[in-house]
Amino acid sequence: MSQDQGVIIAGAAETNEIGKLPGKSTLQLHIESAVNAVADAGLRLRDIDGIATVNSPGPVQVAHALGITPSWMDGTAVGGTSFLLHVRHAAAAIRAGYARTVLITHGESGRSRIGATPFPRGNSSIPGQFEAPYGTAGPTTAFTLPVLRYMKEYGLTHEQLAYVAVAQRKWAAQNPRAMFRELITVEDVLASRLVAYPFHLLECCLVTDGGGALVVTSAHRAADFPKPAVHVLGTGESAETPLISQMVDFTESQANRLAGKAALAEAGITTADVRHLMIYDAFAHLPIYGLEALGFCAKGEAGAFIADGNTEPGGRLPLNTNGGGLSYTHTGMYGMFAIQEGVRQVRGEAPAQVPSVDISVILGNGGMFATSGALVLGRHPR
Amino acid sequence: MPEPTPETQPFWDGCARGELLLQRCRDCGKPYFYPRPVCPECGSTDVEWFAASGRATLYSYVINHRPARGFENDAPYAIAVVQLAEGPRMMTNIVGVPNTPEDLILDMDLQVIFEQRGEISLPVFTPASAGTPRAGGQE
Repeated sequence: MSQDQGVIIAGAAETNEIGKLPGKSTLQLHIESAVNAVADAGLRLRDIDGIATVNSPGPVQVAHALGITPSWMDGTAVGGTSFLLHVRHAAAAIRAGYARTVLITHGESGRSRIGATPFPRGNSSIPGQFEAPYGTAGPTTAFTLPVLRYMKEYGLTHEQLAYVAVAQRKWAAQNPRAMFRELITVEDVLASRLVAYPFHLLECCLVTDGGGALVVTSAHRAADFPKPAVHVLGTGESAETPLISQMVDFTESQANRLAGKAALAEAGITTADVRHLMIYDAFAHLPIYGLEALGFCAKGEAGAFIADGNTEPGGRLPLNTNGGGLSYTHTGMYGMFAIQEGVRQVRGEAPAQVPSVDISVILGNGGMFATSGALVLGRHPR
Repeated sequence: MPEPTPETQPFWDGCARGELLLQRCRDCGKPYFYPRPVCPECGSTDVEWFAASGRATLYSYVINHRPARGFENDAPYAIAVVQLAEGPRMMTNIVGVPNTPEDLILDMDLQVIFEQRGEISLPVFTPASAGTPRAGGQE
């Protein structure tokens, strides 16, 4: 791809604080992250002509609150991976000339629920008719459902599943912004209380408040910003099913596989080129499914790959280096934070910095294995 | 409790009669669930209802310790996905057996029965070896 067709992330920032923020509404978390990201890019809000975020509050509310009049907007809301799709859609819009400088925002009072939208419960929806009557209670009972089948088919052990949380806590221990930083053992994880067997509390993500935002623009402006440009080398998206019971195969995520394949193909890279990886981890099995979907591990081998230390500090494939949703933060739609860490690693400014991250891959999940987005970020243009 | 829509009403009416109804494409023959008036395999809208055998195997499950509203007295309880003999999978609860990892063995044989919950007759599954009366249409 020529330099003039390329797209970069020119600004990236999170809210001042993440965690428990009962003094800030969902909209305020959008505003704060937007102001921070625009400042990070050395721009002013009036320079923004494109806006993307999820409902609610949605692109119209966020743009209006910030005094932005958009010539392009995207309200794609397909779960926590939505922000990866916004980057993909923004890249297309910038190439098409629909917008020059796009702002993508996330804010969510996921823990304190200040100014937050109530969770919808439509009894006539398909999930309302065919899942809710059986006592589902959100992600902890649906996202988790496939893993016993995976364990039977491939021999994944309870200890290996627990080790995913152990490995990520080692990264979080190096990150002052992470909510949980004390090192833990497999025994600690298995002794934490059961949430939905076989998942214990420490195998489930945090629930926090926070936000993050990105400024996306053309690569020909790469030298115009205070921070090193992060090139968007490849993108992908896909969807599988709104009902966990209808996944084609409980041992793999089709959406992860298709989104990841598209992103790596567009970037013209293979897994061997990847120096840093973020996989959306609402629960401990997601890095296992993601590693296999992206092709880093053969089917059934990712649990052992993580337990052997390959993804933790000092390992050959640094994974979820902010601590992930399991230890860093998880507002409900975590994807923005996975992108933020990928940007920090490529820029060389992460708290737990990996040496020489030329290429970072980010794999997102939306809903419960419902949707996926993927990004390949790089220090250099293709 | 589920609120049927026009497209799903026949399924819930079937449950009220003790029949587990699925849909099948008249063009390609593919049986499918959940109810909708188009075949997800070939796109045909020429589809029909039929009574499933009610036989299934246990495909996967979790045992939920944080009950949904209205399920407080049931926790911990299993939320399961079963593989119907006809091919499609559906979510369900498992009854007539303790909901423990020791008693819920993947691929165990199950049979549908119907539980009255409010105004809805809900399909749930029980171990086939328990000698429960067969419900759900054709043998």
